Amino acid sequence: MNDSLIYLAWTVTKILAIVIPVTISVAMFVYAERKVIGFMHSRMGPNRVGPLGLFQTFADVFKLIMKEVILPTSANRFLFILAPLITLAPALAAWAVIPFSAKMVLTNINAGLLYVLAMTSLGVYGIIIAGWASNSKYAFLGAMRSAAQIVSYEIAMGFALVGVLIAAGSLNLVEIVEAQQGGVWNWFFLPLLPLFVIYFISGVAETNRAPFDVAEGESEIVAGFHVEYSGAPFAVFFLAEYANMILIAALSTTLFAGGWLSPFPALIPDHSLWFFLKTFFFCFLYLWFRSTFPRYRYDQIMRLGWKVFIPITIVWILVVALMVVQQWLWWAP
Amino acid sequence: MAEIRNYTMNFGPQHPSAHGVLRLILEMDGEVVQRADPHIGLLHRGTEKLAESKPYNQSIGYMDRLDYVSMMCNEHAYVRAIESLLGVEAPRRAQYIRTLFDEVTRILNHLMWIGTHGLDLGAMALFLYAFREREQLLDCYEAVSGARMHATYYRPGGVYRDLPEQMPQYTETPWTKGDDLKRVNEWREGSMLDYFDAFSQDFYDRVDEYETLLTDNRIWKQRTVNIAEVSAERAIELGFSGPMLRGSGVAWDLRKKQPYAAYDEVEFDIPVGTNGDCYDRYLVRMEEMRQSNRIIQQCVKWLRENPGPVMIDNQKIIAPTREEMKDDMESLIHHFKLFTEGYCVPEGESYAAVEAPKGEFAAYIISDGSNKPFRLHLRAPGFVHLAAMDEMVRGHMLSDVVAVIGTQDIVFGEIDR
Repeated sequence: MNDSLIYLAWTVTKILAIVIPVTISVAMFVYAERKVIGFMHSRMGPNRVGPLGLFQTFADVFKLIMKEVILPTSANRFLFILAPLITLAPALAAWAVIPFSAKMVLTNINAGLLYVLAMTSLGVYGIIIAGWASNSKYAFLGAMRSAAQIVSYEIAMGFALVGVLIAAGSLNLVEIVEAQQGGVWNWFFLPLLPLFVIYFISGVAETNRAPFDVAEGESEIVAGFHVEYSGAPFAVFFLAEYANMILIAALSTTLFAGGWLSPFPALIPDHSLWFFLKTFFFCFLYLWFRSTFPRYRYDQIMRLGWKVFIPITIVWILVVALMVVQQWLWWAP
Repeated sequence: MAEIRNYTMNFGPQHPSAHGVLRLILEMDGEVVQRADPHIGLLHRGTEKLAESKPYNQSIGYMDRLDYVSMMCNEHAYVRAIESLLGVEAPRRAQYIRTLFDEVTRILNHLMWIGTHGLDLGAMALFLYAFREREQLLDCYEAVSGARMHATYYRPGGVYRDLPEQMPQYTETPWTKGDDLKRVNEWREGSMLDYFDAFSQDFYDRVDEYETLLTDNRIWKQRTVNIAEVSAERAIELGFSGPMLRGSGVAWDLRKKQPYAAYDEVEFDIPVGTNGDCYDRYLVRMEEMRQSNRIIQQCVKWLRENPGPVMIDNQKIIAPTREEMKDDMESLIHHFKLFTEGYCVPEGESYAAVEAPKGEFAAYIISDGSNKPFRLHLRAPGFVHLAAMDEMVRGHMLSDVVAVIGTQDIVFGEIDR
C-alpha cells in the first residue's frame, strides 16, 4: 500500500516535471514565434509586457482566461467543451516516452514509437469534434479539411517511421537514439534523408501549421474548426497546437537527429542540452516556414501527400531494408 | 439514401479576406464553388448624390474616399472633367506633378494589393514589406497636402501648391534617436524631389525583393496559375480595364491610348499577360510598379529643370492668395464669391477618364450652368470586375475565391460609392 502510494506520488511528480516545463515552453515558443516572425517581417514583435516583452504570452493567457466562454446556442454543449480537452490530452501524453537523455525519460517502454504514433493521431478527434459540435459551416469545413489532411499525412509519417525502426531495429525511443551513436554522420537523417524530410513536412502538416494550415485557413475559413471558440477553451486549443509542434520537433530530434547525442562525440560529450538545442532548431524551422510560404490549397495538400510523399516513403523503406539486409550500414555501431 | 444537395455559405461581410464589406453568397458542392453571388451596397455613402448639393470644389475630398487606396487618381478624373467643362488647362508643371503623383498612387495601390493578395494566400511577410515602402510614399502625400491619404491635392486649374522645398524630417523621440534618427532622415535632407530620387533608386530592388518571395515560389504558382482564367475576348466583353484587361493580353492603357496630363512626354511600357490567370495579373502589376517608378524618375528630372506656376491665373476659378485678398478689393470679392458659392460651370456634359491603378476610373458630369453639378456619375473599375466574380470563381475551390478577390483588387469605396 505504502509502496504503491510512493510510486504514485513519484510518477505524478515526474509527470508534472514534464507537463509544467512543456507548458512554459509553449508560452516561450509563442513569444519566440512572434519575435522571430517579427524580425523576419522587419518589425519589432511584442516588446511592451515585461522585459523585452517576455511576459506577453502570459498576459494573453490571462486575458483569455478572463474572457467569457461563449457557447453557441445551437452547439452541442458537451462535445463543445470536451473537444479542446481531447486535443490537449494526447499532445501532453505523448511526452511520456520522449527521452531527454539516456536516463531522463518518464516511461522507457518498448513500443515507444507506436505509442507516439497513437497519441499524435488521437489529436485529430478533438478537431473533428470541435468542428462538429460548433454547428457552424466554417468550423465544419475546417474539421473536414483537418480530418482528411491528418489521415493522409499520418500514412506518410507512419511509413517514414517504419524506415527508422528498420534502421534502428527497435521501437524503443532510447534504443533508437543509441543506434545513432558515433557522431553526426551516423544520425539517421543522412541514410534516411528522404524519410527525414518527409517526416518533418508531414509533421508540419499534421500540426496544421503554415503552409499546411488549411484547417485554420485564416483568410479562407476564418479560423476553421475553432472559429466559435473563445476564452479558456480557445487557449486550450492554442496550447495543444503549440505543444504538438514542440513534440514533432522533439520527435524529429529523437528519431533522425540523434536525440541527446553530441555531433562530435570525440570533442564534446553527449548531453541532454543537445536534445534541447536540436529541438529548438526544428521549432525555428516551423517559424521560418510560417513567415515565408504562402498557404497550400486543400486539394494540393492531398495531392502532395498521396502522390508524392507516400510513394517516396515506400520506395525508401525498400532501400533501407536492402541496406540492412545487405549489411551496408555505415552507421551501425 | 438521403438526398445530397449543395449548401450555401455566407462569405462576409465580416470576413478577413472580404477586402472591406464584400458579401458573397456561395453555393458550394463540398469545397467547390458552384455559384457566387456578390452582394454590394454595404459601404454606400451616396457620393454621387452628395456632389449634387455642393459647389464643385467641395466634392474633391469625396473622390479620395471612393477608391481609398488610389486617392489622387480619383481626384484626377473628377478634376479633369471639371476642367474640360470650364475649358481651362492646368499649367505644364501642374500636369507633371499630377503625372508624378498618379504614379506614386499607382505604386501605393499596387503595394497595398500585393500585400493583401499575399496575405490572403498566406504569404504573410510581403504585407509588411509592402507597407514599409507604402509608408515612405504616404509621407509624400502628407508633405504636399497635409494628409496621408485623403489629400484633396488636385484642383481644377492645377494642384493646390508646389512641391515642398524641404522634405519634412522626423524629430527626435525617446525611441528614435542618434543613429536611428539619422537613418530614417537619410533621404530627407534635401527637397522632395531629392527624396523621390532616393526612393525611386531604391524601389527597383524592393520590387525584386518581393518577387524573390513569390514569383518562382511553387506554392504561389500552384495557387495562382490557371486560376480564374479570362480570355482576351471575354475580358473585353465583360468591360474589364486596367491590369485585369492587360493580364488577359490586351495592351489597353489610357495613358498610351488617350494620353492626359504629361503621359505623352514620358517613356514607359505596358506589360501584358498571356493566359489571363491570377499569376499573369500578378506579373503585370509587379511590372507596372517598375514602370511607374520609371515615370517617377522622368517626372522628377523634368520638375527639377522647369520651375513655374502650378495653378492657372484665373481668379474666377482659383482663389487669390491671402496677401492679395488683404490688399485688393477685387481679390477680396473673388475670394468671398469662391468660398461662398464657388464658380459656375458652363452648361454641358463631360466624361473624363484616367488610368487609375485598378482600371479606367472616370467622372461623368452634367452641368446645368450652376455652381453645382446637375448629375455626377463615377465609373468605378472595381464594380465591373466584381460583376465577373461568379464567372471567375465558378468551378474553383473555396480557397480560390480568396485568390480571385485578391486578383480583382477590389476596394469597396469605389464599388459602393
